[in-house]
Amino acid sequence: MNQTVSNSITTRWWLWARENLFNSWGNTIISIICIIIIYNVVWGMFSWAVLNGVWEAKDRRECFAILGNDEAGNPIHGACWAGVREWFNNIIYGRYVKAEQWRVNLGILIFIVWLAPLWIPGLKRKALIGFGAIGLYPFLGGYLFLGGERSWFMSFMVALAIIAFCYNTIDWVGAKAFRLSLADSLRWKIVNRIFAEKQHTYALMGLFVTIAVILALLIQDWILVDVNWVRLGGFHLTLVISGFAMVVGLPCGIVLALGRRSQLPIIKAFSVTFIEVFRSVPLITILFMATAMFPLFMPEGFELNKLVQVIAAVCLFTSCYMAEIVRSGLQAIPKGQFEAASSIGLGYWQSMGLVVMPQALKFMIPNIVSSFIGIFKDTTLVYIVGMFDILAMTRAMSNDVPWRGEFHEPFLMTAVIFFIFCYAMSQYSQRLERKLSGENK
Amino acid sequence: MESETKGNGDEGHVASAVSSEVIISLRNVNKYFGDFQALKGVDLDVHTGERIVICGPSGSGKSTLIRCINRLEEHQQGDIEVTGVKLDENLKNVDQVRSEVGMVFQSFNLFPHLTVLQNCALSPIWVRKMGKTEAEELAMEYLNRVHIPEQADKFPGQLSGGQQQRVAIARALAMKPRVMLFDEPTSALDPEMIKEVLDTMIELAESGMTMLVVTHEMGFADRVADRIIFMDEGQIVEQNVPQEFFNNPKSDRTKLFLSQILH
Repeated sequence: MNQTVSNSITTRWWLWARENLFNSWGNTIISIICIIIIYNVVWGMFSWAVLNGVWEAKDRRECFAILGNDEAGNPIHGACWAGVREWFNNIIYGRYVKAEQWRVNLGILIFIVWLAPLWIPGLKRKALIGFGAIGLYPFLGGYLFLGGERSWFMSFMVALAIIAFCYNTIDWVGAKAFRLSLADSLRWKIVNRIFAEKQHTYALMGLFVTIAVILALLIQDWILVDVNWVRLGGFHLTLVISGFAMVVGLPCGIVLALGRRSQLPIIKAFSVTFIEVFRSVPLITILFMATAMFPLFMPEGFELNKLVQVIAAVCLFTSCYMAEIVRSGLQAIPKGQFEAASSIGLGYWQSMGLVVMPQALKFMIPNIVSSFIGIFKDTTLVYIVGMFDILAMTRAMSNDVPWRGEFHEPFLMTAVIFFIFCYAMSQYSQRLERKLSGENK
Repeated sequence: MESETKGNGDEGHVASAVSSEVIISLRNVNKYFGDFQALKGVDLDVHTGERIVICGPSGSGKSTLIRCINRLEEHQQGDIEVTGVKLDENLKNVDQVRSEVGMVFQSFNLFPHLTVLQNCALSPIWVRKMGKTEAEELAMEYLNRVHIPEQADKFPGQLSGGQQQRVAIARALAMKPRVMLFDEPTSALDPEMIKEVLDTMIELAESGMTMLVVTHEMGFADRVADRIIFMDEGQIVEQNVPQEFFNNPKSDRTKLFLSQILH
């Protein structure tokens, strides 16, 4: 008997299959049918995309020529990746000037490095880093992407953003690598000698503003080539629009949700109307309103660029959805928490910020993230109002003369890009949820 | 029930430290929930250092009464003055009163996302504007006073009911209030945990704190109270020193209530 029991993987696998897939006649038939279907689909995809994939060709005609015909004279199907390769740059960067694309890369890289500490466990001041990035990055990123002459204010904000970014990064890298936190040393070894503990925050703020003014003067002559906003496109544009939507949508949503629960009738009426109006209208309609109708109401000669209009429209839409999610989260907090916060003397904003919101946000995370994923995908609608986002570039490729009619390959790639980003978001939210639910027990 | 607090060694009444200064005054206070009148023309003066126990059947308005004192409930008619500040529409006055009046709830209402120490340091930092280190030292001092300094870094959910209620007392005290309100502080506790909370409250009474306590713990009332107030149907029916109140109740409703609660 012992000889027949083998621990080899194939044998165990076979035993498992016999128990679960072939344990009766009916199941055996169903299993075989499924295996045939799966085999055909997977093998079909594999041979189309990989085995018969053509990677080098100057146009679609050449792809067909390389693939040729089979014995029966039917054309062989295969993916023409050559087109996607040629268009890849356009799909990612849109029509952004090639020589300046390093700015997009740098901008995205800075954003990732800036927010990286939020993913690293055991670091302090995460909320401050998050809010700093949200408040300051748009100036730095915006200038990197668009360039051109700067106003004084812009110079100062860019300088402040650079300082905040460097300071954060040195701080967390130092804390992780050498157990030496720049922020802690600065505060306790230097600022503490001169100022009382209560004034630390103001002293540090003053310090940063001073350095920012100096840096703004230093970088006065550093001017990036102006890139017109119409050249923003491709996946980069998708990231910019959805990034704005998320970053602006959540705080606006919180404010609207608080407004809706307010006891002041005017604020409440305003919030309810705002939320209900924008939530009841499809995003496409809002986009059309913003780009086509809004300029009609404006005085002659007043022109906003379409990018700003589109971003504003998407932000409005997102904040209404966020508002309803936040409201549901607030309703989950027991009344006793509000009362306890009031009873220890906290004012309205303090109770909300210190006691209620941190608890409520925990309940909201899954909903917020699924809403973010929805918005991320919905931004592709801007292609309808003439923005060249990733979807528009994908379609543009199919209309490009050398690659006319090539749809499958670019759309498959776009789908893969979206899947990677959305799946990453969903995984992050699950991790966050597990972490937060483990914390309070 | 009376025996609950009598095992504390010292069985005598906590020394009284009532001064002549009136710290809380209610004049003809009426409070409605819709059509239902919860308080009917309540008049009350509380002196600094006075310990008052409020009792009465459920729905008699005793919780509403003390919740009006720090304006968790709004009264519709009459005047309430706390530490010389009048409670009205002016939010500044409300905030000022709340920072002088601490409150302990039946269901503790600790902040579950903060540690015990953070719970207690919250109001020193944000209301009293102390530095973080100083505030945490102060919070620790009060956790010592309620005898649970070793739980400082735990989250409220990890503590027993009695411990949570003691943290709630420390949290309220960390604000350095002049008056403490207790809204049935032991009603949500398992019997074996009631004593530890009552002991903490007795210690607080011994330190001379002005206290208004809504409770059914008659042993505690007998031991600590300078005055016992009996409420029914939104009115103060009877008030007296404990000895007289228990031995010589005047109204029939008080007699009935006492006979039900003392067996």
